[in-house]
This record gives sequence, structure tokens and C-alpha cells, in this order.
Amino acid sequence: MEFYLEMLIAGLIRGAIYSLIALGYTMVYGIIELINFAHGEIYMIGAFTGLVVAGLLGASGLPTLGILVIALVAGMVFCAGYGVTMEKVAYKPLRKASRLSPLISAIGMSIFLQNYVLLAQTSDFVPFPRLIPEFKFLEPISHLLGSSDLVILVVSSLVMVGLTLFIRLTRLGKAMRATAQNQKMAMLLGIDVNQVISLTFMIGSALAAIGGVLIASHSGQINFYIGFLAGLKAFTAAVLGGIGSIPGAMLGGLVLGVAENLPIILSAFFADIGLNIDIPNDYKDAVAFCLLILILIFRPSGLLGRPAIKKV
Amino acid sequence: MLELRAVNTYYGPIQALRDVSISVAEGEIITLIGANGAGKTTTLMSICGVVPPRSGEILFQGRPIQRMAPNNIVGLGICQVPEGRLIFPDLTVLENLDMGAFMRKDKSGIKADLDYIFTLFPILAQRRRQQGGTLSGGEQQMLAISRALMARPRLLLLDEPSLGLAPLIVQQIFQIIRQINAKSNTTIFLVEQNANLALKVAHRGYVMENGRVVKADTSATLLADEDVKKAYLGM
Repeated sequence: MEFYLEMLIAGLIRGAIYSLIALGYTMVYGIIELINFAHGEIYMIGAFTGLVVAGLLGASGLPTLGILVIALVAGMVFCAGYGVTMEKVAYKPLRKASRLSPLISAIGMSIFLQNYVLLAQTSDFVPFPRLIPEFKFLEPISHLLGSSDLVILVVSSLVMVGLTLFIRLTRLGKAMRATAQNQKMAMLLGIDVNQVISLTFMIGSALAAIGGVLIASHSGQINFYIGFLAGLKAFTAAVLGGIGSIPGAMLGGLVLGVAENLPIILSAFFADIGLNIDIPNDYKDAVAFCLLILILIFRPSGLLGRPAIKKV
Repeated sequence: MLELRAVNTYYGPIQALRDVSISVAEGEIITLIGANGAGKTTTLMSICGVVPPRSGEILFQGRPIQRMAPNNIVGLGICQVPEGRLIFPDLTVLENLDMGAFMRKDKSGIKADLDYIFTLFPILAQRRRQQGGTLSGGEQQMLAISRALMARPRLLLLDEPSLGLAPLIVQQIFQIIRQINAKSNTTIFLVEQNANLALKVAHRGYVMENGRVVKADTSATLLADEDVKKAYLGM
């Protein structure tokens, strides 16, 4: 029984990271109807920013938790800059073009950023220092919930609650929702749509950076390519939850994270009931993308999205 | 207060407005009537900066605005209730109204205007927590007008406020338009297909055909004009 709980928690941890990245996809899609395929790269750059900060501050004698906070903030600021610049360079000039053009531009941006980090760093995995200290009080249950698990869960929950409050209650948050629902009307009421789009990229990128730094500290190694798969998974999570829906992205990430552990969970379950069917864990990516295919076939609007109705 | 001088506006290669000149005095209600595709909506979109003119001048209180961004134009006190109302469907009625006041910082003034709107349209007060998309067509039109009023505009542009509404609701909306004009001296630029109704509310009218202004006169004269009668009043 404990094993299943362990797998559930491990799934939630990974899912929380997917959620953080998926929010960027879904928010950008909500505003400009673009799947920003370079978003995974922002997550990767966030992780590298964390690495650089940890390297610079490693010998300073600061407590690791302090370094983690600085790494998170630096990653957020840096990635927000990347996100806004990316929008200005690669998407804004194409805003009036057909929808395929910015999509291709996004893929180009993704390849560019990957190779840029490849050149600036190295193609090998580089070790990432453990920035999350071991908490003593977790020792009795550390096989279930380690300290980095706890930090990831707490930080991502706080960030998601904060984002929800921002979107629901603040003037700019409401302006973001209004712009997503009707850009022309938002313009007619004096909302600076360009500013709202920049803000969206800024927030989405900062969230991805949090995910990047946290997961890098959790897994202990990064390279220039980690954004590719994580980006695809997060995109799947966003579609699963309903692209354009913010609670959808959060839920989609968590569901996907847990679902990816299905091969292990099922194998254990079969073993428990005496069947000798072993599903290798390598199938976890297949599970994720099968889920994407199924959701696209049976519920294209996602778990929490609303069906696309074009009003006449 | 508002003056369009020889405005030419294009959608890509297609010319939608040809040398359009219109002037509106402070406190006036003027109407622009014409058939579908005559360029009425384009005129409003040009004023608001959403479809900027290629040539010509638009002056608001003596100041050229034809090159300004839409948000800055709203800041000057021009607000539009667009055709089709364009309510934010997933925002509540209250949030929709909040968005109308997006450019304003005076909290007490906003509160006072909100109270005024709720006396104007009590139904909106009842439905304030409801999502905009759940309102009926008439209620949405009331919300759209109220949202624009929340910007406390000096010039209110109304695009086809009667479209798709029951006659009784249309009467009510036009009465409110008169009231807004009389009470807060808001200048009103009304675009309508229902020429009869529009000319009865407005002080002066412009008739538009194929992107050109073909007639401009007082409402009374236009209502008596044989061509206007034949073409727009169905007489």
C-alpha cells in the first residue's frame, strides 16, 4: 500500500512541475492563440540560470536555502526577460500573419535557444548542486516525502494560488482575462494589449523558471535538451486540462504526472494479485502521449476547457 | 469637439472610407445612417484608432488623434460601444464594468458612477455576480453601454445599439441614450441602421453611401428628405 502512495506522491511532484510549465503554454494560448513551442527552452534556461547563480554563490557561505531563493528569483527575472524579448522578436511581427507562421517561428526559436545553450555550455549533462537542504523533521517519512519533494509541492502550490488570486482579483489580472476573451474590446476600453501580452509572457516564463530551478535541484543534473521533453509534456498537460484554461493547466499537469507512473503502479498491482505482467517504466512517455491522443479524440476541449463555439 | 477632415481608411487594398468629413459639437447627439457596408462601423473604428486612417485628419478638442494608439484615445475621453456589444462572456457583470473604468484611478468617482449605472439599469445590479455571457441580448446591450459609461467618456460612440433587440427594449435603450446626453452633457455619436429611430433622437444626421458622406443636415430636414425617406425610412 505504501508503495502506491509513494508513487502517487512522486507523480504529484513531477505533475506540479508540469503544471508550472503548462501555465505558460495555456496563458499565452489564451491571449494570442499561439502554442509557444519555445516555452520548454525557457524552462531549461531557468535551470541554467539557477546553475550559474549556485556556482557564483556556492563559495559565499550563504545557507543553501538562501541560495535557492536567490537562484529562483534570478531565474524568474532572467527568463521573464527572455520571454518578453522572444515575443517581441519572434511573434509580434507575425501577429497579423496566418496562424501557421508564428507556430513555425516558435519552433525556430526553440531550436535556436537549444543550440545557443549548447554552444554556451556543453552537450553533456552537468551536475546541479542540491539547493534544497535535508529537513530533519521529515526523516521518519523521507522514503515517502523527501525534503525536495516537500519544497516543490509547497512552492508550486503557493505560486499557483498566487497566480489565481492575481488573475481573479487584480486590475491587471482582469485586464488579462478581458484581453483573452476579446482583444478588440479590450483595446476599445483603453487596455494596452501589447502590454498585456508582454505581461503574459513575463509571468509564464517566470513560472517555467521556477519549475526549472526546482526540478534541476531535485534531479541533480541538467543539459541543453531537458526543455524539449518537459515542454512537450507540459503542452500535453495544458491540452489535457483544456488549453486556455488556467485551472485546467494546473489540474492537467497533476493528472499527467500521476498517469505517467501508471506502468510502475500497474506492474506492482499485477504482482500483488499474482500475475506476472511487467510493464517497463520506459513506457511512461508513451502513456503521456497516448493520453494526449485520447483527449484530442474524445474531449478536444480538455478536462476544464469549454468547447469552442464560434459565435456568429 | 470632434472633427473628421477628408478621412480615407483602407482594409488592405480595399478603401472603406472616402474623404469622410464629419463634425460633432460638444453636447450634441449626431447620427450616422446608411446601409450595410456603407462604412459606418469603419468610421467609428478609425476614430478609436483600431483601424487608423491612411490619410486625413481626426481632431478631438482641436488635437489630432489619427496617429494615436487606441488606449491613449480612450484616455482622452472617447469610448465606444461596438456593434455586437462584445461583452466579456466569462467576466462577471461587475468585472465587465470594472474594465470600463480601466483607465480611471479615482476610486470614489468610480463607485459613484457604478451606483448611477445601477439606478439607470436596476437589472444589472441584480445580476452583478453573474457572468456576462449569461445575460440576455437586451441586458448585454445595457451592460455594454454601462461599461462604456464607466469610462466617463466625453464622447460616446454607439454602434447599432438597436441590433437584434425587441422593440420595447430598443425604446428603453434610446430613452437612456437621451438621458445620458441630457444629464451629463455627454456628446453622442450614434451609428444606426434604424434611421427613423436614430433621426428622432439625434440633433443632426449624416448619410453614408459606399464610404462617402452623401448628405448632412438637421434630423428634421433629413426625416423630410425624399431620398432619405425612400432609401432608409421605407416610405
